[in-house]
Amino acid sequence: MQAFTTIHSIAAPLDRANIDTDAIIPKQFLKSIKRSGFGPNLFDEWRYLDHGEVGMDNSKRPLNPDFVLNNPKYTGAQILLARENFGCGSSREHAPWALEDFGFKVIIAPSFADIFYNNCFKNGLLPIVLSNEIVDDLFGYEDEIVIDLEQQSVSTNSNTYTFEVDGERKRRLLNGLDDIDLTLQYEDEIRSFETGYFKQHPWL
Amino acid sequence: MAQTLYDKLMSAHIVREQDGATLIYIDLQLIHEVTSPQAFEGLALANRKPWRTEANLAVPDHNVPTTERSSGVSGIEDPISRLQVETLGKNCAEFEINEIPMNDIRQGIVHVIGPEQGATLPGMSIVCGDSHTSTHGALGAMAFGIGTSEVEHVLATGCLWQSKSKNLKIEVNGALNPHVSAKDIALYIIGQIGTAGGTGYAIEFAGSAIEDLSIEGRMTLCNMAIEAGARVGMIAVDQKTIDYVEGRPFSPKGENWKKAVDYWQTLHSDDGAVFDKIVTIDAKDIELQVTWGTSPEMVIDINGSVPDPSKEIDPVKAESIRNALRYIHLEPNTPIKSIEIDKVFIGSCTNSRIEDLRAAAAVAKGNKIADNIKLALVVPGSGLIKQQAEKEGLDTIFTDAGFEWREPGCSMCLAMNADKLEVGERCASTSNRNFEGRQGQGSFTHLVSPAIAAASAIAGHFSGVN
Repeated sequence: MQAFTTIHSIAAPLDRANIDTDAIIPKQFLKSIKRSGFGPNLFDEWRYLDHGEVGMDNSKRPLNPDFVLNNPKYTGAQILLARENFGCGSSREHAPWALEDFGFKVIIAPSFADIFYNNCFKNGLLPIVLSNEIVDDLFGYEDEIVIDLEQQSVSTNSNTYTFEVDGERKRRLLNGLDDIDLTLQYEDEIRSFETGYFKQHPWL
Repeated sequence: MAQTLYDKLMSAHIVREQDGATLIYIDLQLIHEVTSPQAFEGLALANRKPWRTEANLAVPDHNVPTTERSSGVSGIEDPISRLQVETLGKNCAEFEINEIPMNDIRQGIVHVIGPEQGATLPGMSIVCGDSHTSTHGALGAMAFGIGTSEVEHVLATGCLWQSKSKNLKIEVNGALNPHVSAKDIALYIIGQIGTAGGTGYAIEFAGSAIEDLSIEGRMTLCNMAIEAGARVGMIAVDQKTIDYVEGRPFSPKGENWKKAVDYWQTLHSDDGAVFDKIVTIDAKDIELQVTWGTSPEMVIDINGSVPDPSKEIDPVKAESIRNALRYIHLEPNTPIKSIEIDKVFIGSCTNSRIEDLRAAAAVAKGNKIADNIKLALVVPGSGLIKQQAEKEGLDTIFTDAGFEWREPGCSMCLAMNADKLEVGERCASTSNRNFEGRQGQGSFTHLVSPAIAAASAIAGHFSGVN
């Protein structure tokens, strides 16, 4: 996983609450056995006017001109701004894969669904929770935003807001650390837990 | 100190704690074909082996056809679906993981077969790359959905990093109204607390109405905890739990059975245990439920009407009602019972167990589906449930009434296989999500119980049970 660096980008505003992972990446694209290539089908049903299927040439499909990510103004935006309960529904990690593949590095919302929130960190994607009021302000802000994970800050020209993230997750994201390698450092601890645990629960 | 059930299960599994994160030991990982291929690929690329192969159980369910399967996996028409099911088989063979293959009588939806096989046991920590893993909490287990990176992590290490959830108790007391089922309880609760009402919490369902539910009903309820935002839904172990688990293929036997039961009997919240939040519901307030919008919280009594956004004071809520009605092609104030439907789906990890099929069959018996119903599907949750239903003659009741009787799988709940809605079609569905496009692009899903689904198939529009 790539280390997370400071991000300078405008934010693409997706003004909807309860955006579910079915909307982020519709089920027909989950049939892939790969981890990459989901970006062109991110928000497929909102982004294109036709029905998307696996194997289509997405560059030839009719775009929905009303969908925010099709607005040239937001091309290359690395920050996605959304409303409450972003990423609810299915646990599919294809959702953060698609967001990451599209080019997003940060998602800012007043709240996230639990599983989606977890999945982001596994893919170098930073979900930032800010209050409704701040998110409202950001929806009205068009210039570059600076995201500094080290400082846990989101800065506009006029304001700097701080956000919470747990220390362990922050460390892993900043260093691009592999979770499995880290856990396997504790292999002996896991083995010794296991021995005691199976003694207590011999039916398992 | 008095502990909640969740706290007990969490502390029993803690391997290590550091800086806000807890490494917990995982007793069982259930695996299906959609969220596992990239995890196995990662494992192979890093040249790692599963930590404990017997802690995993795999089954294909999301992509499998529900029509005739005699030609096996090679007979799956969609080549990409076929590749995914084949890949699961190949990975399980390579990593020596127990797989119940598609044509095995025990095959079915992962959350149905876990408990059915006795692989799901009280007190276990259970994960699966599927949000409806909360289902297994019905047996007093701590079970939750994870992403594919975490699937790989559990395969490689036998453990998972977690942050502790807060405790939410939802108590439902009293006797249920006639025909009101666990599904109605689930939808009613989500209507009350909202789809983010449980975010950050582990929900324990309690109270006399929950104690009165069968284990199948409890699974339906815990299954939908995630639709309230909670990854974990659970119910304390009681005699019904122990009776359900006894004698199943993977459940403990002999001396181990006795030791297990002794432990399982401690799996309840202690008197005086402190919950961060408690919601109390009177069972008699719960009527039959139908969703009208594009989120499970957009739900109302079957005798109600579609809400009117102009009467909503909160502007954000009013806008989301308008968005939902625009998508789902319904006018404000339309009586729910007057809404005609095109298709009916009885199945999914929420409502495909024998009790669900019996409830639907009891309504269907001696009736015919209405002329405007293009398709009414009954998809059992597993091959063993299908077999049991056939022994009871339920299949004949359904087919005589005009329903189609299919092979087990996830089917039209998420429409990854051939079972899907066409643009503009409206479905009464016993599944768990009514999101835009969930059952097919541009289609409209209304979540209901099996009894309502069957009654609506017969009436041609939403209907209570006569």
